[in-house]
Amino acid sequence: MNIEEKIKKGHKRTCARLITMLESNDNEAIEIIKSHYKSTGGAYVIGVTGPPGAGKSTLTDKLAKELLKQNKKIGIIAIDPTSPFSGGAILGDRIRMNDLSLNKNVFIRSMGTRGSLGGMSNATWGATKILDIFGYDYIFIETVGVGQSEVDIVKTADTVLMVMVPNLGDDIQAIKAGIMEIADVFAINKSDLDGADKTKVEVEMNLDLNEDMDYRPPVVKVSASKNEDIDVLLENILAHRKYLEDTKQLKENRIRNNKLELLKMVEEDLMSLILDRAVKDDLLDKLAKDITLKETDPYTAKETIIRLIRNNP
Amino acid sequence: MDRPIRVLVAKPGLDGHDRGAKVIARSLRDAGMEVIYTGLRQTPEQIVAAAIQEDVDVVALSILSGAHNHLFPKVVNLLREEGVDDMLIIGGGVIPEDDIPFLIESGVESVFTPGTPTKDVVEFIKENLKR
Amino acid sequence: MFDNEKLGEIKNSVDIWEREVVEKTVSRFPERKQNFTTGSNSDVDRLYTPLDIEDLDYENDLGLPGEYPFTRGVQPTMYRGRLWTMRQYAGFASAEESNKRYKYLLEQGQTGLSVAFDLPTQIGYDSDNGLSEGEVGKVGVAIDSLKDMEVLFDGIPLDKVSTSMTINSPASILLAMYIAVAEKQGVSKDKLRGTIQNDILKEYIARGTYIFPPEPSMRLITNIFEYCSKEVPQWNTISISGYHIREAGSTAAQEVAFTLADGIAYVEAAIKAGLDVDDFGPRLSFFFNAHNDLLEEVAKYRAARRLWAKIMKERFKAENPKSMQLKFHTQTAGSTLTAQQPDNNIIRVTIQTLAAVLGGTQSLHTNSRDEALALPTEDSVMIALRTQQVVAHEAGVTETVDPLAGSYYVESLTDRIEQEATKYIETIDELGGAPKAIEKGYIQKEIQNAAYRYQMEVESLDRIVVGVNKFHIEESEKKELLKVDKTVEINQREKLADLRKERDNQEVERTLGVLKEKAETDENLMPYILDAVKAYGTLGEIADVLREVFGEYEQSVIL
Repeated sequence: MNIEEKIKKGHKRTCARLITMLESNDNEAIEIIKSHYKSTGGAYVIGVTGPPGAGKSTLTDKLAKELLKQNKKIGIIAIDPTSPFSGGAILGDRIRMNDLSLNKNVFIRSMGTRGSLGGMSNATWGATKILDIFGYDYIFIETVGVGQSEVDIVKTADTVLMVMVPNLGDDIQAIKAGIMEIADVFAINKSDLDGADKTKVEVEMNLDLNEDMDYRPPVVKVSASKNEDIDVLLENILAHRKYLEDTKQLKENRIRNNKLELLKMVEEDLMSLILDRAVKDDLLDKLAKDITLKETDPYTAKETIIRLIRNNP
Repeated sequence: MDRPIRVLVAKPGLDGHDRGAKVIARSLRDAGMEVIYTGLRQTPEQIVAAAIQEDVDVVALSILSGAHNHLFPKVVNLLREEGVDDMLIIGGGVIPEDDIPFLIESGVESVFTPGTPTKDVVEFIKENLKR
Repeated sequence: MFDNEKLGEIKNSVDIWEREVVEKTVSRFPERKQNFTTGSNSDVDRLYTPLDIEDLDYENDLGLPGEYPFTRGVQPTMYRGRLWTMRQYAGFASAEESNKRYKYLLEQGQTGLSVAFDLPTQIGYDSDNGLSEGEVGKVGVAIDSLKDMEVLFDGIPLDKVSTSMTINSPASILLAMYIAVAEKQGVSKDKLRGTIQNDILKEYIARGTYIFPPEPSMRLITNIFEYCSKEVPQWNTISISGYHIREAGSTAAQEVAFTLADGIAYVEAAIKAGLDVDDFGPRLSFFFNAHNDLLEEVAKYRAARRLWAKIMKERFKAENPKSMQLKFHTQTAGSTLTAQQPDNNIIRVTIQTLAAVLGGTQSLHTNSRDEALALPTEDSVMIALRTQQVVAHEAGVTETVDPLAGSYYVESLTDRIEQEATKYIETIDELGGAPKAIEKGYIQKEIQNAAYRYQMEVESLDRIVVGVNKFHIEESEKKELLKVDKTVEINQREKLADLRKERDNQEVERTLGVLKEKAETDENLMPYILDAVKAYGTLGEIADVLREVFGEYEQSVIL
């Protein structure tokens, strides 16, 4: 089988290998994206985020099953943090989706954040493109936690699903800060717990603050572990999709996201160029030391670097 | 390419003793590897599907129930059927010495029995990687 | 226990001794290491004196044997009256072979049976289920239906032996089979003595043979409590187990804490189901591990007894002293056995046996030396049983009650373990009780951290395991090991095929139908399970009916 046939047949091993290659900026994989880029765009990307323990993986698993009933192909990218000390990671989200592993219409990939923020969203972006080329209709990107890096990863999704659980206490304050704005659908998971209604009201009240919305994010109570109201949640996600499509916002959003991605890619390449060419020979370390020892100051040091770059195009 | 080594740590069979698998998972992480942990009661088919989708470099199987002679070769064979020959497959658990030659012959490249220091496993992986 | 003046004098001399004697000695002969710790990694001081137990109040904290708070033991005369029950966990391959092993053990002087089931049985799968492949008869006996159970106890009078069954999620089904076999022997339910493990919470935490989610699982457990309190009054309906928590790597204090936290959850569930604490309280039993740190283990059992007595009396307002007594079975620690130089395991098991006996256990299983390699051979099982008999009859530790009481070290360890466990239980209470703490992964995480720390200690040689990280030898001789061959699985499948042909399938359908219907209500399921069992419905068929109604548990893994 050549690569075209493998893509056509949805050969999972090839798909998996291409994602790995893309993670390392392998040229062969990049060429494949280039030559197949025209066939992308069919996949709809759903970002799933929320605090640890909210049940994101289980909910993703249940949503995927619901979509499978509609004969859709589902890709799932599950992201867990990389240990800053060792560079290793334990990626455990798959556990909650084990019975999906064998479904021929499902592809699950776990990823570690691997330290670099831009790198991570690049890798995720690349993986979604590969999955898109392989004909996956819906791609879930599931992140852990609600930090800035997660926000950056999911905000390029077409629909952002925010998963919450009752009794978060102060956490809700923290969440409000960055993520309330980017969420398109809210799911209050573990709806059987006391406090589910209260959390729903709190979220609704927060949404009330923003009066002039064309689209008001729905707040849906579900129980992932009991498989309750998953269909309702999915309807709301699909309704958001329909809204985006009807108002042509989907295209606008994607233009905006592509701009962000493009910038990020350029940024990353530029940085490595700079570090490779201009700032070799431990210049950065030396300047840092000099700044500390007051032998130079930060601004002069910066100008030194910039001059070096200008002189070495 | 200095991407992290990716390892699938899997428990085939029905036994629920995952102390060893979890300790290994942590040690591999602390050695800078990305560990995908599958949890308990995985069928060989599920393990193979996960190994392929995750495109791991290593499949590490742990079993304590005595079903290793049946389940380890099954995982190896299913991987072969999928055309996978570049993953390092290792096993561990309560495994009698007598059974080890058979398992090695079936394609498990090393079998680690109780008392093995985790750093030995880390070293073995680093030295025998197939990429 | 000591007057202040005396304590002051002691403090004075200890100070002087440390300053003048110890310092001089240490400067010339340094101690072996900087920090001394117990097997569970708690600090150990150089010396224990009355100063370490100055708050000990004999009447309140220790009391007399057979009296609240039972620190010194649950019976007044302990082993002077009757020795503990020597109960070797056994079972492998087919019912026929296990039956032979039981008869052998009874002939050797064993006083109770302990049935080990294979994993498919423990997880409610028949031997012909695809998931059972390779597992049938491996870690215990394969039981698919009442037919197998009849063979398992053939020629063993069930009114004469007490039988312990390590079965949890499908405990109700196996208990029903036991009752049905007894009936066929002409033994009525009220004569049956024994224990089912029936402890689902520790399956979620550490052992892994769960089937259903927590809620319906707790319902099955309280159904058994209720049914047995009326019909099988001598049966111990649960064995709340710390054993597997410890095997998973917990510390001694965690073992006590998480086990008693599970116990609290069962008592709460039973009370919520409308039972009176003194109706089922006396039928609760416990199951602990015995590790190598002899004195820490002894302290652990004593702390557990005292803490449970307080919990039952103060928290649950039990009035019957029997409800407050923590009675327990002990098994020596499988995780301490080494594959290297396996004969050394005999010595480890001896120390662990002493710990259990000095800690006042009610029954004991001693592991065989070859268990780090495979299932034990008959020879190894015999040595393990003989170890108990030597300790019982030759070591002298059975001649007086709680011989280590009053040791400054043991009493201070007992206090410390009780305090640590109490703290854990408070945290678990704050999380909403053991089931919630398990769901959140709190308990699992605590255990994993301890397990990982232990492994790192061994690898850095901070902890010596003889024959593993020190004192190696070249081992060449082949050991004889017990093997379960594949024919067991094949035979078991054939027997099932025959059974499905021979039995009255209409009756099976009918009883399973009724069970399904009742499972959807709040009724006690025991009588309906018993009906299905008697109709020769298989374990897998009955479990499947319940799976359909209850759903299946999904593991919560926090790494």
